[in-house]
Amino acid sequence: MSTRLARQGRLIDRSRQIEFTFNGKKLKGYAGDTLASALLANDQMLVGRSFKYHRPRGLVASGAEEPNALVGLGVGDRFEPNQRATTTELFSGLAAQSQNHWPSLEYDVGVLNSKLFSRFLTAGFYYKMFIHPRPFWKHIYEPFIRQSAGLGKAPETELKDADSYEHFYFFCDVLVIGGGVAGLQAAKSAAETGAKVLVLEEKSHWGGRTPVDGGTIDGLSPEAWITRTLAELEAMDNVTLRTRTMGAGVYDHGYILGYERLTDHAPGQGGPRHRLWRIRPQQTVTATGAIERPLSFAGNDVPGVMLAAAMRDYLVNWGVTPGQKVLVATNNDDAYRTAIALHEAGVEVVRVVDARESGGGELADRVRDLGIRIECGRAIAKVKDGKRVTRVAICAQNGEGGAREEIEADAVAMSGGWSPVVHLWSHCGGKLTWDAAQAHFRPDPERAPTGHDGRPFVGTAGAASGPLGLAEVMADAAAAGARAAEAAGRPARTARTAPVIATSDVTEAPMEPVWLMPARADIDLRMKTFLDYQNDVKVSDVQLAAREGYESVEHTKRYTTLGMATDQGKLSNINGLAILADALDAEIPQVGTTTFRPPYHPISMGAIGGEARGEIFQPLRKTPMYDWHDSHGAHWEPVGHWRRPYAYLRAGESVHDAVNREVKNTRDALGLLDASTLGKLIVKGPDAGRFLDMLYTNMMSTLKPGKCRYGLMCSENGFLSDDGVVARIDADTWLCHTTTGGADRIHAHMEEWLQTEWWDWKVYVANVTEQLAQVAVVGPNARKVLEKLNAKAGGGMDLSKEALGFMEWQDGEIGGFKARAYRISFSGELSYEIAVSASQGQAFWSALIEAGQEFGIMPYGTECLHILRAEKGFIMIGDETDGTVIPQDLGLHWALSKKKDDYLGKRAQVRSYMADPDRWQLVGLETLDGSVLPDGAYAVGNGVNANGQKNTIGRVTSTYYSATLDRGIAMGLVKHGPKRMGEVIDFPGLEGKIYQARIVDPVFFDKDGEKQNV
Amino acid sequence: MSEAVSALNGASFAGLARVEETGLGGMITLRGDFTSAGFQAAVKAATGCAVPELRKITIADRGAVAWMSPDELLLLVDYAEAEAVTASLAEDLAGEHHMAVNVSDARACFTVSGAAAREVIAKVAPVDLAPGQFAPGDFRRTRFAQVAAAFWLDEADVFHIVCFRSVAAYMFNLLSTAAHPQAQVGVYS
Repeated sequence: MSTRLARQGRLIDRSRQIEFTFNGKKLKGYAGDTLASALLANDQMLVGRSFKYHRPRGLVASGAEEPNALVGLGVGDRFEPNQRATTTELFSGLAAQSQNHWPSLEYDVGVLNSKLFSRFLTAGFYYKMFIHPRPFWKHIYEPFIRQSAGLGKAPETELKDADSYEHFYFFCDVLVIGGGVAGLQAAKSAAETGAKVLVLEEKSHWGGRTPVDGGTIDGLSPEAWITRTLAELEAMDNVTLRTRTMGAGVYDHGYILGYERLTDHAPGQGGPRHRLWRIRPQQTVTATGAIERPLSFAGNDVPGVMLAAAMRDYLVNWGVTPGQKVLVATNNDDAYRTAIALHEAGVEVVRVVDARESGGGELADRVRDLGIRIECGRAIAKVKDGKRVTRVAICAQNGEGGAREEIEADAVAMSGGWSPVVHLWSHCGGKLTWDAAQAHFRPDPERAPTGHDGRPFVGTAGAASGPLGLAEVMADAAAAGARAAEAAGRPARTARTAPVIATSDVTEAPMEPVWLMPARADIDLRMKTFLDYQNDVKVSDVQLAAREGYESVEHTKRYTTLGMATDQGKLSNINGLAILADALDAEIPQVGTTTFRPPYHPISMGAIGGEARGEIFQPLRKTPMYDWHDSHGAHWEPVGHWRRPYAYLRAGESVHDAVNREVKNTRDALGLLDASTLGKLIVKGPDAGRFLDMLYTNMMSTLKPGKCRYGLMCSENGFLSDDGVVARIDADTWLCHTTTGGADRIHAHMEEWLQTEWWDWKVYVANVTEQLAQVAVVGPNARKVLEKLNAKAGGGMDLSKEALGFMEWQDGEIGGFKARAYRISFSGELSYEIAVSASQGQAFWSALIEAGQEFGIMPYGTECLHILRAEKGFIMIGDETDGTVIPQDLGLHWALSKKKDDYLGKRAQVRSYMADPDRWQLVGLETLDGSVLPDGAYAVGNGVNANGQKNTIGRVTSTYYSATLDRGIAMGLVKHGPKRMGEVIDFPGLEGKIYQARIVDPVFFDKDGEKQNV
Repeated sequence: MSEAVSALNGASFAGLARVEETGLGGMITLRGDFTSAGFQAAVKAATGCAVPELRKITIADRGAVAWMSPDELLLLVDYAEAEAVTASLAEDLAGEHHMAVNVSDARACFTVSGAAAREVIAKVAPVDLAPGQFAPGDFRRTRFAQVAAAFWLDEADVFHIVCFRSVAAYMFNLLSTAAHPQAQVGVYS
């Protein structure tokens, strides 16, 4: 059984006991435990079920590479699935749930999968099994697979994450990722040059695994050296140290993401849970260490089979032993350290099985001296299936698995050698080289990821570079730190501190690659030999993929799902591709690795979103009158990031009622519209007229000061892009109104043409949209209310027809407000648009509302605005246009200047397709029964198209109920429309009804424009 | 004439740092040729300041001038005088191509002050806020999370932020969130 030892446990505080639950069972651990070490201390060997076969699984590793121990963590609005027990710090009240089983972890019906169906669930099983008959996938296969597969549960849909998150931008010369002895040494070497250094360590403690493995650095024990070096680094102003922060990803131009877990170990303590560091270092050093590889033997997934170094970690760091009778299997000397550690902890080591005929070096001798039996050239044939290890069969390594000896054991420590953690090096294109002596891929320093200048921006330090001995690790780290500082522009000082002298204290014998145990294991064994624990990929699956023609490692990965689980193949990658290489009779470096992609380890969506949630999820743009609207029944409509009132609801009114009331009132009395969101761009300079003549389809240079003109803007492809009223302010200044959504876009459009094409034209543009609050005063009583304001103020601008005619503007005062008044109308009514400073917008609005009471004033929203313009046949950008419509389609030929040589879009509009008389053109549409046409409905004509669908001959672009006319009105684009006035065409609706509509003139109301011209 | 009202009417928040809407300031967008003697003289006459260097702000008694782009400055003057200063700039520069526009009411202004001010801003703006890297007189035109903003640091170690008026509430809530009392980073403070 696994249990807590009386002694040891350098990271735990035995004076602070912590209670937690696993599947509802109350358990106890200590401060400093991970969930994994605490589970082991409670003999909870079984921690989950595998993805495909629902096989019992236990802890394999002690760090981020753990594939099995994924749990659902927390409850309610703090529940999170797929959390690794090995990287979860224990806290009081922690509640963990194991995953992927039903009805319980101990008794799981899904395990039948492996017994009954495992021969169907081989590599590529769902490609083969579920392809026919086609409809079965959606209705039978997929629901079944979803039920039986999948790891964690999604949180409940109604719940919102209770925590907050944030980002933090940071800049430094050298970023060191990894706070083991190599990272600390690299940081020190870099910092001594004066470089600004940031060091990230994903765990809560510094020093990595060297205190467990032992050795001597600078004459000190690893722990003493770590303590001293940390103190030195902390004393330096140019060094920032962060624990619980993982280097998550390396991106183009050396941009790095760090993932800081602030309160995962203390939920609910307040403040952000995670912080995403967005780092711009000059140079990055990855000191990410190495990961031990499992050995591939039958039953290597039975709970109790564990990586040798992980077992040592549990002993030394947390005082936990995974078993009482442990068998050690290895192909290298490092695993002997585990045998020694177990022995020193009083745990029986029943056998060391060393696959090498020649056995190990000094460490093996020490183990032998301790009286532990070592067998060389031997292998594990099979670990007996079950919920934990009970018996292990051993055999000759160089065989097929026969002539076994059975040994009783309750845990197995395995070591297949070590692979550097090259993920961060590789994220942005760093290449690898095959190191035959260590049988691993390591970074090739000659082929580093490079930045904009073609120079490397990532280096590696320590075991992440390849060397595994402490002396080589420390020498490499010191050099890497100094090299990074120099590359960041901080040349080493002449007076350098003495070089680090470290020693691992022993000489190790070379490892021997062992990719399969025993070397020629028969098919029964290979079918129980797991490569990828989380996705249940076995040696036999990879071999099958190779036989079926999968030669590329990337294809094999996807076919077998090797390395596609949440651990992204940290343990399985090298073992899997070695099997593939063997099956293909190729060399491992020729097969190569799959692509390493960020993040190194899953990070929370919350961290990515940062502070953007709740009221700051997205910026919401408010006009100066926003609060008034909000307190007067505004039914809001999003228009870009703006919120505009769609209608102002009175007590008991529906939105539809409110809109109709606003329409009638504006036509009959007086309406008020907040038009502040309309874009207002000032264009000034000696070449401004020429510039606007190029941007607009009509002439703007000839406009007289004091006058306004409606203009159209097209893209260079001829399509209508924006429209609005242009006012000429003075000899070289124009003010261009854009649509609400167009303000920033058209500003950018103008700047782009000025900066890239006409850079020598003397024109400046400024966006003054937000400087002004603009109010449309609309309706028969519009002049009366403004004159009343003036009378109250004792004078002001002359607003008579004679003084301020239609399409004219004037500066002056209205009601005591400094104002600019435009006599323009988008409604067909007598209308003034009045601009005052934004800071006085609310005061001006309030003055109008008050003065307008006797004239029947009512504010109106965007829907009323739309209806008023549609009744008049005015087009709306975004309704009548959709990026494929040219002015000619809308009958706007009058706005296309024939006097100009050129304007943006002119040349495109003469292309044959654009000049085609068959293009759909704008008409008005009146339903025969007075109903409202569905928005976006298509008109059908004769015949069918190639797909057997009815041919379409037009579509609805705007459609409303007109309260003024008491019937539905619409505009649409119809083939040969203007030539077909009076014809009736069919618009099938969604519910089987066919709407019949007559083609009419798009101007439905006051065709002669008498109402606006008073 | 009614009194001009700023977007948030002087709202404030105290957390890791003090966040305050500072009310209306006079602001003029001035575009022109920085190398022209006439342009430099007009800027001096309007504010008492020289044309700033790249990403800098020059501050004098009567006003300040910030670098916005290779041909655009932001002039900071008293709110009440912005209109008059704009008019006199236009007069002084009548002979050369330029643009002077009063944008005082298009903006919302904030200060962030206190020991953690640098960290609060570094949570939302992609700028190096280390003390040696961003010093009094430095100016950045950048973004704060999802909106455009410009900011500078004064001699009293107070950050001044300018954004568009329509997003004043977003900016205030954003800065207040970043200044949450339990959200200290501990790098600069």
